[in-house]
Amino acid sequence: MKKAINLSVNGVSHSDEVEPRMLLVHYLRDVLDLTGTHVGCETSLCGACTVLLDGQAVKSCTVFAVQADGAAITTIEGLAHNGELHPVQEGFWEKHGLQCGYCTPGMIVTAAQLLDRNASPSREEICHGLEGNLCRCTGYQHIIEAVEYAAKKAGAQ
Amino acid sequence: MTNNYVGQRVKRTEDPRLIKGLAHYVDDITLPGTLHVSFVRSIYAHAKIKSIEIEAAQTVPGVVAVYTGQDIAGKIGPVPCASALPELKVPDHRVLAQDKVYFVGHPIAAVVATDRYAARDAIDLVMVDYEELPVVTDVEQAAAGGPVIHESFGDNIAYKMTSGEGDIDAAFAAADRTVKQRILHRRLAPIAMEPRGVLARYFPGEEELTLWSSTQIPHLMRTQVALMIGIPENKLRVITPEVGGGFGSKLNVYGEEALVSWISMQLGKPVKWIETRRENMQATIHGRGQVGDIEVAFKNDGTLLGLRYSVFADLGAYHQLLTPAIPTLTGLMLSGAYKIPAIQMNITGCFTNKMATDAYRGAGRPEATYVVERALDLVAADLKVDPTEVRRKNFPAPNEFPFHTATGLDYDSGDYEAALNKAQEIAGYAKLREEQKKARDEGRLVGIGVSTYVEICALGPSQAMPAGGWESATVRIEPTGKVTVLTGASPHGQGQETSFAQIVADELGVGINDITVIHGDTGIVQYGIGTFGSRATAVGGTAVLVAVQKLKEKAHKIASHMLQSDATRVSFEGGKYSLQKAAAAAATTGTSDPVVPVGEAPAGALPEPQTEGKTSLSIQDIALAAHLAKELPPDTEPGLSATYFFEPKNFTFPFGTHIAVVEVDRETGDIKFLRYVAVDDCGRVINPMLVDGQVHGGIVQSIGQALYEEVVYDEQGQLLTGTLMDYAVPRAKHIPDFELDRTETPSPVNPLGVKGVGEAGTIGATPAIVNAVVDALAPFGVTHLDMPIKPENVWRIINGH
Repeated sequence: MKKAINLSVNGVSHSDEVEPRMLLVHYLRDVLDLTGTHVGCETSLCGACTVLLDGQAVKSCTVFAVQADGAAITTIEGLAHNGELHPVQEGFWEKHGLQCGYCTPGMIVTAAQLLDRNASPSREEICHGLEGNLCRCTGYQHIIEAVEYAAKKAGAQ
Repeated sequence: MTNNYVGQRVKRTEDPRLIKGLAHYVDDITLPGTLHVSFVRSIYAHAKIKSIEIEAAQTVPGVVAVYTGQDIAGKIGPVPCASALPELKVPDHRVLAQDKVYFVGHPIAAVVATDRYAARDAIDLVMVDYEELPVVTDVEQAAAGGPVIHESFGDNIAYKMTSGEGDIDAAFAAADRTVKQRILHRRLAPIAMEPRGVLARYFPGEEELTLWSSTQIPHLMRTQVALMIGIPENKLRVITPEVGGGFGSKLNVYGEEALVSWISMQLGKPVKWIETRRENMQATIHGRGQVGDIEVAFKNDGTLLGLRYSVFADLGAYHQLLTPAIPTLTGLMLSGAYKIPAIQMNITGCFTNKMATDAYRGAGRPEATYVVERALDLVAADLKVDPTEVRRKNFPAPNEFPFHTATGLDYDSGDYEAALNKAQEIAGYAKLREEQKKARDEGRLVGIGVSTYVEICALGPSQAMPAGGWESATVRIEPTGKVTVLTGASPHGQGQETSFAQIVADELGVGINDITVIHGDTGIVQYGIGTFGSRATAVGGTAVLVAVQKLKEKAHKIASHMLQSDATRVSFEGGKYSLQKAAAAAATTGTSDPVVPVGEAPAGALPEPQTEGKTSLSIQDIALAAHLAKELPPDTEPGLSATYFFEPKNFTFPFGTHIAVVEVDRETGDIKFLRYVAVDDCGRVINPMLVDGQVHGGIVQSIGQALYEEVVYDEQGQLLTGTLMDYAVPRAKHIPDFELDRTETPSPVNPLGVKGVGEAGTIGATPAIVNAVVDALAPFGVTHLDMPIKPENVWRIINGH
């Protein structure tokens, strides 16, 4: 019953046989040991499991691994390059955009996509872009500031 | 160089691993051969279990074992309740249901399988035959003789309690006026983003068990789980890795923790259970859940004379760790920020067919602040004066501290008027009121809400706590000069790795990156209490401070000996012990590097500290000498380590003023924030960035409570808010742009002068928001609204329905 999939995760190719019902988030976490992507609600409401699938932010708790066959996935572990933090990661550190850190990977990946699409978003656009991601610790203000920081930083580069 | 980390906005040392996705929460830890547990949970709120058939489940490929209540009877002790109230009825709460189920989500059977999918498949094949019983979900019905939940008790009343000081009847008799209001505090779900999770591994040879758990209280859990499953406490090691939020929901000992540990001992394999969000809504504690009547007696000039609050507390079906104690905390804080000569609290704690309530961020104190701050607005409305006027009139003055309340507390320090003044100034209060008047004339519905709160924090003296109110710390300097701090205050997002390192770095004159703060491992950290009740910095941070000071006393002795000088002639500054003549010179030479820089450690022995001809020695030199132990003063123990257990003599009482300005949309009933000003006083501030973060987060949880959140059970006890689709946690678009400021009144209770800030937002903000909405709707004759204030309710008021 298992099905073969080939996909690239953070630039590394993987070929595996998986059950058709295996969720992408479980494939990433349990098969590839990329545990930075978290599960928070299993119903795509909290966004903790957000990853980029061919550049699109998706909730990996409601995507089957087989649906990612042939795709290029970027997880939180793949955002930094050559040890250099992604501007959004830097923003979160600089502006205290995280407390417990559980929503953070999904939040950062979503914000990275947001900035890809809109290099200098307004506060309102940031809030709209993060609407699919829940944070229970920070009250969002520092997250919004983190994204603003990243936009400014990326713009300056 | 003299360090100055305390008081600065220091970026968190824990963040790099978290922002890179490299941190480890419980579910990120996998051991070879780990088995997975899935639970069969009750679909009824109250029923007899007639039979359970497990055979079909056992045939699912990968299933290793299925356990029901019968299997654990007599083998695992009851889920603990630490509250000791007089004549409290404590139901026998087992980790799996015995012959009855009492709430939707009550665990009935545990299926263990080689992977989580198989375990999840198998629970659907466990056939439970139920006989439904009458259900009671309404707390007042439960008190008034609804269906009895625990038959042996005869009724649903778990306890009754009256507290308070002063002659309450005389106060009401002497009053010019009184106000009275019935107030609801709905049940809330804490919703830590990381659900609960447990991984247990038993080592049969060593007879040792390691339990990884997402908890706020690793040591208390070790003690309780050891008692429940009958393993010696020193053979159980609890490790708390990264914890993805708690808000009180992980200040508990749950049945799953003991059961998964016990299963691991039965099967000799690592066993893991990770809670689903649906389980989290059903079977992790809820917060709040009170229905009460507040009555206030006052004079025509606004002077408060007496306050009475009679409340029914919805405890749920069973007691969790602190369930019955939470409403008593409400009783303690009913004096608010005011001089009230007579206060009476009457609690009726009742069982209902729902999950237990317990500590959710604020834990009983938000309820107190909410009723008091609502009541003050009712008094102001009754007297037709500005809400700030009544508050100002009844504040104790700064020189009246320690201030004794009629709830039996002694507030440590405070300047309530200063915080109010500052908040009014930032908000431009007088101008706001003018603008509001103008807006009303234009037909717009603008409201201004004020809350001048005080909270009880830094829990607390051990007298007031079921399991000790102190905290422990060890500070040691390793032979290579690196500093290790052990704290019992295991955090779950608060940033203690940074804030505690700030304290130590300043004391020792070392760089913050040379310090590692270790927490949450009972195998490494001596006993501790945990992080809750806004206590970590005030109690745990103080333990760290005193421990490092003790360490310095010893280092001073060793340094004086090595410098061949009298201790009084040696001074410590900038990380160096210097002969006084040389002190000034040494202080300018900067923090010395560790004796052995990282990556350059010689393969053989550590270098001998060179003392010959030296006029100063670094703290790292002393650490190495203390470990080599060749040049120590007589009667000095080798090593450089100090431990301190700090027992506070009182609670601390942070306070502040929150001002919310809202506008209500006439067409939709939607509530929009125009301004949000918060001036909080949490005593001395270690890291203002972390304090702001705590305040923001708390206020947004208050916004949730005031406007969106509510755990809803129907009359049959079915949980209608079973997912995040139905339970509305605030999102980024719901928040105002916060305008924060502070006043700083140090606490005399601890040498750091800190008071605590973790719960200020959930305590101070809710009444400000509700007061603002009520104020906006005052033209419609509204004097009170119950939370959550949904657009529909508002629309009905506006449209006269």
